[in-house]
Amino acid sequence: MKAIVHVTLKSGVLDPQGKAIGHALGSLGFDGVGEVRQGKVIEIDLAESDPARAETTVKSMCEKLLANTVIENYAIRIEA
Amino acid sequence: MKSAIIVFPGSNRDRDMMVALRQAFGSDPLMVWHKEVDLPEVDLIVVPGGFSYGDYLRAGAMGAHSPAMRTVKERAGKGVPVLGVCNGFQTLTEAGMLPGALMRNASLKFICKTVHLRVETSQSIFTGGYSAGQTIAVPVAHNDGNYYADDATLDRLEDRGLVAFRYVDADGGDGAEANPNGSRRNIAGIFNGTKTVLGLMPHPEDAIDPLHGGTEGRGLFEGLARALA
Repeated sequence: MKAIVHVTLKSGVLDPQGKAIGHALGSLGFDGVGEVRQGKVIEIDLAESDPARAETTVKSMCEKLLANTVIENYAIRIEA
Repeated sequence: MKSAIIVFPGSNRDRDMMVALRQAFGSDPLMVWHKEVDLPEVDLIVVPGGFSYGDYLRAGAMGAHSPAMRTVKERAGKGVPVLGVCNGFQTLTEAGMLPGALMRNASLKFICKTVHLRVETSQSIFTGGYSAGQTIAVPVAHNDGNYYADDATLDRLEDRGLVAFRYVDADGGDGAEANPNGSRRNIAGIFNGTKTVLGLMPHPEDAIDPLHGGTEGRGLFEGLARALA
């Protein structure tokens, strides 16, 4: 199965890249753009076939490496 | 005085650090490849600057989990002094040895220039070569030097005197204009709770020779040499 991990900056953590993207969208003429936050998507192929066990493993991966929980949140989606 | 420098693929200030340690300690440091698990007994371990693993995922994230870093963490737990400069500071925060995180510079630009730092305390093995409040000029060279920690962590660092260096202007003022990278409260370097681990973004090892344009980084290494002798 496959795990899709979304890593995003915690609210309150300044995101200069998101700000720059928002600014660029404005200068391209897109109106009404509010706050922009940039994150990462990590896709992982797993040999595991049990979704619950896969989620537990990926959660551990997030805590240990994929996200820096000082500044980032993560969300996990498991796909068959 | 025995010291060791951990070398990662992508380290590039490891040899500058070697020169600085040789100058202050009178002996060559061991250069330890990141895959080594066995580290001889040393009086100081340095995690140098550079771009270990190409800054993949996050600056310092990969290096923090290398075999050598596991040993470094264990030694630090026993009180062996550890110095992390630039990528080394990023690696120490990623390894959980120092609080907070180093984020992309607020300007989104790589910054390579001489900055001024205020030495916040002389009461540590790392800063005993300076006087508290002294302003020193040293270079920075980084893309991710924007120190972030939440308010509670910053308050705790300040209350316990664990801020080692702050970015200031040439006159010692710590206004926003003296802050090169957006670091919270102008923080350039911090200690762990026992002040045996120091992480800082600027490069004192690149201000130790008149040909560098300044020698005000020497105090850190000379102070260490005295403290650890």
